[in-house]
Amino acid sequence: MFVTPAFAQEGSPALDETHSLEHAETGGQFPPFDPSHFPSQILWLAITFGLFYIFLKKVVLPRVGGILEVRRDRIAQDLDQAALMKSEADAAVAAYEQELAEAKSKANAIGQQARDGAKADADAKRKGVEAGLEQKLAEAESRIAAIKTAAMKEVGTIAEDTTAAIVQELIGGKADKASVAAAVKAARE
Amino acid sequence: MSNDPIHQFHISKLIPIEIGGYDFSFTNSSAFMVATVVATSAFLFLTTSSRGLVPSRLQSISEMCYEFVASMLRDAAGSQGMKFFPFVFSLFMFVLVANILGLFPYFFTVTSHIIVTFALAILVIGTVLVYGFMKHGFGFLKLFVPQGVPGILVPLVVLIEVISFISRPVSLSVRLFANMLAGHITLKVFAGFVASLSALGAVGIAGSVLPLAMTVAITALEFLVAFLQAYVFAVLTCMYLNDALHPGH
Repeated sequence: MFVTPAFAQEGSPALDETHSLEHAETGGQFPPFDPSHFPSQILWLAITFGLFYIFLKKVVLPRVGGILEVRRDRIAQDLDQAALMKSEADAAVAAYEQELAEAKSKANAIGQQARDGAKADADAKRKGVEAGLEQKLAEAESRIAAIKTAAMKEVGTIAEDTTAAIVQELIGGKADKASVAAAVKAARE
Repeated sequence: MSNDPIHQFHISKLIPIEIGGYDFSFTNSSAFMVATVVATSAFLFLTTSSRGLVPSRLQSISEMCYEFVASMLRDAAGSQGMKFFPFVFSLFMFVLVANILGLFPYFFTVTSHIIVTFALAILVIGTVLVYGFMKHGFGFLKLFVPQGVPGILVPLVVLIEVISFISRPVSLSVRLFANMLAGHITLKVFAGFVASLSALGAVGIAGSVLPLAMTVAITALEFLVAFLQAYVFAVLTCMYLNDALHPGH
């Protein structure tokens, strides 16, 4: 490490032409500044760099550019396709949802209809039964009334007969039928 | 010799070529330029050859580089700047791979030579100038006259702007070059301590633990610097190109 400054100094003044010329071993010249090599260096640089430039320009760069272009196009195309597919999928989902909604409303309507029909049916049956029952009730009531009046009439006759019989037993003679009836009637009222 | 931190920047001729008195030899530097270019091209080419819609790991590295530079350029220079994309991408990849290759032991670092980074910087500034004048004509000179400056200050501001513009290739190239050079020298110096201390016996070996740890840490730092300098080079290129595209600030 301690030798570093010395060597560094040997190296760095080499950067400005005049000082270092005596350092190099051959020809007394620092090689990078030796003008006798300049023509050869320039010539071969021109040849090699020129060919390199032409080769890159004509062959390599169009090819790499083409590869990148194709890839960019392909990616763009794939993205477009993906977008297209996505919109198709969205449309399918929308259609499915619409159908589902339609089916639901149809099902509701059918259900409602069935419910209404059943209700109307039940109502009609109930009304029929009720009407039948009412009729039977009315019939029964009229029959009861008829039986009652008939029974009442019987009661009158029985009472008259009984009265007549009682009167006959008591007074020993035939009682006047009309007066007995009037008496019974008066008693019953 | 092996401990000389400058040795790694030495240029050796592999195939001597001389034309018109100038030395155009194929050197180790040239070889690593070729290696950088071939490795990068091969990597980018092979990893993307399957053109996978879903990228493999390696393919996504190439794609990341592409998108990294593209977003950098778009952020700095707008969508009009994309016409310079191949240029900026080549610069970024070249500098990045050259920097990273240079971190391997015994490998030569292309970007540790000022002439290479300066040539790249001049290429950038040259592109800015040529395109700027082509596109805007003399309107490009508006670059040097910021809007909303009081009349008296205009000459001074213009002078400053011109100096700052001229210093751009210098700062652009020296920044990259100096970072690479200094980093590699530091690395070599610390690694040299490990070797020379170890030669001193048991105490030396114990003492060499510290520089060894430093060497490891600096290696990690240098990988960061290798990326960072390539990034900075590319970002500044983008900003200078933005000046060429929109000179009116």
